[in-house]
Parts: sequence; structure tokens; C-alpha cells
Amino acid sequence: MIELRHVTRRFGPTVAVDNINLTIETGEVCVLVGSSGCGKSTTLRMINRLLPHSEGEILVDGEDITTMNPEQLRLNMGYVIQGTGLFPHWTVARNIAMVPQLLKWPRDRIDARVHELMTLLDLDPATHANKYPQQLSGGQAQRVGVARALAADPNILLMDEPFGALDAITRESLQLEMLRIQKQVRKTTVFVTHDIDEALKLATRIAVMDQGRIIQHDTPENILRRPASEFVENLVGKQDRGLKLMSLRPVRQLMQAHPAPKRPEPGAEGLKEEDNLRLALSVMLWQGAEQVPVFNARGEETGVITRERLIQEGA
Amino acid sequence: MRLWLPPVLLAVLLYGLSAGMPALEPLFHWVQPDKQQVIYERESFLFLLQNHLLLVLISAAVGTLVAVAGGIFATRPSGRDFLPLVSQVASIGQTFPPVAVLALAVPVLGFGEAPILVALMLYGLLPILRNTLAGLEGISPAVKEAARGMGMSPLQVLVRAELPLAGRVILAGIRTSVTINIATAAIGSTIGARTLGDPVIAGLVNGNTAYVLQGAILIGLLALTTDSLFEALERTWDRRFSPQVAV
Repeated sequence: MIELRHVTRRFGPTVAVDNINLTIETGEVCVLVGSSGCGKSTTLRMINRLLPHSEGEILVDGEDITTMNPEQLRLNMGYVIQGTGLFPHWTVARNIAMVPQLLKWPRDRIDARVHELMTLLDLDPATHANKYPQQLSGGQAQRVGVARALAADPNILLMDEPFGALDAITRESLQLEMLRIQKQVRKTTVFVTHDIDEALKLATRIAVMDQGRIIQHDTPENILRRPASEFVENLVGKQDRGLKLMSLRPVRQLMQAHPAPKRPEPGAEGLKEEDNLRLALSVMLWQGAEQVPVFNARGEETGVITRERLIQEGA
Repeated sequence: MRLWLPPVLLAVLLYGLSAGMPALEPLFHWVQPDKQQVIYERESFLFLLQNHLLLVLISAAVGTLVAVAGGIFATRPSGRDFLPLVSQVASIGQTFPPVAVLALAVPVLGFGEAPILVALMLYGLLPILRNTLAGLEGISPAVKEAARGMGMSPLQVLVRAELPLAGRVILAGIRTSVTINIATAAIGSTIGARTLGDPVIAGLVNGNTAYVLQGAILIGLLALTTDSLFEALERTWDRRFSPQVAV
């Protein structure tokens, strides 16, 4: 758990972060979102003491971070940044092994961990372990960046616009990847972005920041339904809210389930249970269908979702 | 292994010529037919070579140490304030002719090896300092940010990331410095240091082109040998620390 109490950061006369209070529960993904210069990166960098805070206190698991050795503190926090910051003179494997090496793990334990992480992040160890960062695509490099941050199994993960420099398709796939990994590892994550859609997709709770203050700290659904101010309303897109809300809910919640899973008809197209309602609507509009079958992970048809229900209860 | 062949061959040639210069007497007679003595004999060439090398080595070692230390200091948070000053000194110092440094050093240190050593150190320091600054400043801020953020101490960042990444540029600075100093050391002969410049000066004074040639050939060969040695060093460095360039 990370707690920020009355934290302020000044750069000379300018106040970058203005008396903020924020509690990030263990295992949740807290996304700090706001336009550039709103203090979100500054807040993140104060948590691992890359920047000292001017006032207030920051507690990690109940302990004041200023009483801890900064290097020890950071070794227990994964850190992912936009430009990856991979060491260009080290191979992928050595980059991932960076923190375990600093912690002086035995050689074979490091090797096993690197192999495990590369597999987790969908990087083939055989082809990529001995490459250098310059030989990777942007998406692959950022996967290595995430693997490096997870290497010593830290409790906390700090991510500073990690997918900001990637193209839309790669970003999307890495976001999905992150959701999948987060389900497995459950790290307390602080994620900084200026992209509200990314925030809505990834967050357990979102903290909207403006001019150094936290305007609203709530779940994605509440941010959309009950924006605290006009600023938040504009940020989420006033008129776009209906579709954004739909994209938060999985098809599973609104489908009419069959009594028992059925074998699908050959060649039948449909949705997966985890797909969101917005996608369901899109498929229906495209196919001109009144209802679409829903399949589970094993490919069995478990129900159908109808256009009527979607329109009535979707948002 | 092929990497080290050119410097080794050049070194053998240099040694052979220094030791066996008298054997080339007929050749130099042909160059300078009007002189009785065409081989410089006041000192042995091997002794001059050794002294010349020693001057360059000492000045390069001290210069590298001081310049790299200075460059590291000026790029640390505590030394940042000095960075503009240090990099200006490094650039302006290069425009100062070595002869002028010698002229200024002689009244203070007298004749002999001491003033030339001081001149070589000061003069050789500058390209190394400039390249150290360029190398360290040229590292992507994201790399340093990530290294710090992952929990490396400032010293670990310096040793594991900054120096290996800047090393190639620093090495190039040392190469420039040493090559310049091999030529500059010869000027030391004008103020009483024993270097390969001796036969050149003697030849100029006596109108003996053969002497001038002997000194000049050996100095040139020494510079070539050193330069190819650095070439091999840089390639080795690439293989070790920046393999993506070597591939």
C-alpha cells in the first residue's frame, strides 16, 4: 500500500504538486491521468525518491520513505519509463537480469527468472535473449522494459507513460498484455498516462490531476457516470461517455446464458465472454444482426447477446 | 588476431630501423652526397626512441587520469556548475600553440625534460577532457533515469552504464591526444629534452637533410604504430561494449 499525505513539491517558486492526498491499495492499478505539466510524473517520481518531496509524507506499507535507503526502496519497486531506458550495451537477457544481479542472486536462479519473464511477456527466449535493444521493435523493447521491472518480483510497479511512444496497434496489444499479467501477478501499480482511454482500460481507480491537484479519485465507472467537475467531464468526453461506459463492461454481464454450453455451428462467428459491450454493438451494427452468439474460452457457445438488451442496459 | 597484426608489424619496423639505421648509410649518402657523416651518432636512435616514448607515455597517463576525472566531476550533480567553464577551457586550450606553452614553461622549470613534460600533459589533457564530456553528455537521459530508478547507486550507474557507453569516445580522445603529443614531444629537443626531435634539429642547424630524414621517419613511424594500436584497441572495445556497432 502506498499513501501520500499532504504531499507538495515545489520547483523554485512554482508548485508542481499541491498538497495531494492519495491512497493506493495493495494490488490495485492506480492510473494518474491529466494533461502534460499537471504533476502526474512528478508525483510518480516522488514515490521512488527520484525527486524529493518538499512537504508532507509518503508511506510505503506504513513506512515513511525518507527513512529508507533510496536504492533499497527502488530495488523493491519496478520502474518502467516511456523511452524504455534499456542499456544499449547489454543483451536483452542481461537487461532483464539487472535488478536480480544488483541483489546478488545466484546465476542459475537469475537465468531461470529471465527465461520465465520472457515467456510471460511473449518474447521467445531462444531468438531474443541475446539480441541487443537496438535490434528490437518498439513494442518488443517495451516488453523487455516491463520484464526488467518485474524481474526481482517487486511489490510495487511504477509506470511512467510506458506505452506513450508506441503506435496504436502495439499500444493496444501491450495494454491487453498488461491486463493479463496484472491478473497473474497482482502488483500494486501506479501508472501515469495522458490518454484517458488507456486509463479507463487499465485502472482499478483513476486519479484525475490538474495543476498539481487531484480533482477526482474514483473507479473508471464513477469517473464516467459522476464526473466531479467540468474539467473531468471534458477529459472523458462528454458525449462519448455512453460508448466508453460500454467498453468497461464485458459481454458476460449482459448475455442471456444457455442452460448448458452448446457446441457451436461450424463457421459461426461471435464474441468472447471477455469482449466488451462496445465491441458487441460494433459487431451487431456491422453484421446487421439482432443477436450475436457468445463463446467461452474453450470455444463453446454459452449464450447470446441481443441488440435490444444492449441498447437498454449497456451504459 | 588479425586486428593486432598492423601495430605489431609497425612496431617491429620501428625497432628495426632505430637499431639498424647505420646499415642504411649508402642510401643517406645518396640523399646527402656532400657530407662525410650522414648517420646521426650523438645519441643512439634506440635511446632517443625510448626517451621520446617515455615522455609521451607519462604525459598521456597523467593527462588521461586528470581529464577523465575532471570530465566525470563536471558531469556529476555536485560539479554541474563547473561544466560550462570546464568545457570552455577544453576548447580554448586547444587553440594555444604547444610552442607557446614551452616558452612559458622554460623560465619556470628550466631546460630539460621537465618543461616538455608539463607542456605535453597540459596540451594532451584537452582532447581527452573534451571527449570525456561529449561521451558522458551523449548518453541518453532515459538510460540514466532507468538505471537510477531501478535502484543503482550513482557509482554503479557510472561504472556499469556511463563509462562503458562513453568509453569509445573517451578512447578516441586519448588517441588524438597521444598522436598529437608524439609530434609535439619532438619540439622538446629545442629546449634540451632528449627526443627523436634531436636529429631533426641537428640536421636543420648543420644543413644535413639526412639527419632530418632519420628523425622525421622515426617520429612518423612511431605515430603510425601508436595510431594503429589505438585502432585495434577501439575495435576490441566495440566487440566488448557496443557489439551492435561491430556486427
